[in-house]
Amino acid sequence: MSADPTQTLAFDTSCHLFDGCGFPAPGLHSFLFKPLFGDADSNLYFNKTMLLALLGSIVIVGFFWAAFAKPKVVPGKLQMIAETGYDFVRRGVVYETIGKKEGEKYVPFVVSLFFFIWMMNLWSIIPVAQFPVTAIISYPAALAAIVYITWVALTFKRQGFVGFFKNVTGYDKTLGAVLPLSMTIEFFSNLIVRPFTHAVRLFANMFAGHTLLLLFTIASWYMLNGIGIAYSGVSFVMVLVMTAFELFIQAVQAYVFVLLTCSYIQGALAEHH
Amino acid sequence: MSLLVQLAAEKPENPLVPPVPELVIGLIAFVIVFGFLAKKLLPNINKVLEQRREAIEGGIEKAEAAQTEAQSVLEQYKAQLAEARHEAARLRQEAQEQGATLIAEMRAEGQRQREEIVAAGHAQIEADRKSAAQALRQDVGQLATDLAGKLVGESLEDHARQSRVIDRFLDELEEKAEAAR
Repeated sequence: MSADPTQTLAFDTSCHLFDGCGFPAPGLHSFLFKPLFGDADSNLYFNKTMLLALLGSIVIVGFFWAAFAKPKVVPGKLQMIAETGYDFVRRGVVYETIGKKEGEKYVPFVVSLFFFIWMMNLWSIIPVAQFPVTAIISYPAALAAIVYITWVALTFKRQGFVGFFKNVTGYDKTLGAVLPLSMTIEFFSNLIVRPFTHAVRLFANMFAGHTLLLLFTIASWYMLNGIGIAYSGVSFVMVLVMTAFELFIQAVQAYVFVLLTCSYIQGALAEHH
Repeated sequence: MSLLVQLAAEKPENPLVPPVPELVIGLIAFVIVFGFLAKKLLPNINKVLEQRREAIEGGIEKAEAAQTEAQSVLEQYKAQLAEARHEAARLRQEAQEQGATLIAEMRAEGQRQREEIVAAGHAQIEADRKSAAQALRQDVGQLATDLAGKLVGESLEDHARQSRVIDRFLDELEEKAEAAR
């Protein structure tokens, strides 16, 4: 009633349809958190997403510690599950793109990346947490930056200075007159746009997914009055459907992120023709 | 109104501008995961996976070795069996041959013994016939002499005369027998 509906948090209000208040739609404000400690202006603070990020790390390390700290040749249930996940990333992603010989070195990095991102995405549908950490651009950006630095360093190391530019610009004599144009495009694409899209792809998917979940959840709550209850039911079904869909998207986005990482590394290792 | 709503109202943030503290925490969180996995946990499991691979390959090798051995034993056994069969056949053949020779030998021996017995019988008969003829001759001589002495009344005791007469008589008899034949 008094609050600007676009700035009202989902459950801060007990206002429903026909009560005379507007729909408290989710928006950018849904992705801002009041610091748990510290001051938001000083850049020295600790909020929910940070807590979830660190908790997620502990969960992953804890899981793999339980599974792999004392591994057995004949595995138990937990070890078998962890091995399946590990093997999926190792064979299905790293060996497939980089190859077994060259790729072995990057397996720990890619495996860590995959499970880290997956866990951060999974927070979205874990009760109480219910927020995908990767929907804050900082986290995907940090990971994309690590990948980007790895890629640049690796390309320099493998191809040398001239080779680096040939690799980055996609130098190919047979292109003839189009070469300057293609080199310019490739240069911007690989060196500047690519890390950005790498991070934003993950961020935007999680951001959008979370917004959708919020939208239907808030709608279910908001319409819970009078005739609106029927619509509220429909909206709640959509919450369930979207939750299942998010579960799928979370895994897919983690997979896509590491797949691209491997493809970048492979590009850095590849001999330039 | 909550603090958060105030924040949102005061600073309409661009969601694509990364806040630095989150960036730092994100890096730390990832480094924690990467550190544990890369330094300890994944090398751990790799070792075990390698062991498992070796165990499986070792098992396969063992099975292959066992199979090869079984195969060679089977062949050996078959060869032995064939050899035994061959040997048995050879022995049977030999026994048959030996039996045949034995029978032939025994038959020859029997033949020989039969002939010997027959020959001995013949000789005996001949000897008997001769001694009988001899005895008969003497007896006939004696009887004839006696008979002639009685008829003539004269003693034909004189040996020389007697034997001459007898011989002549017997010769005549033989001549008659010759003629009669």
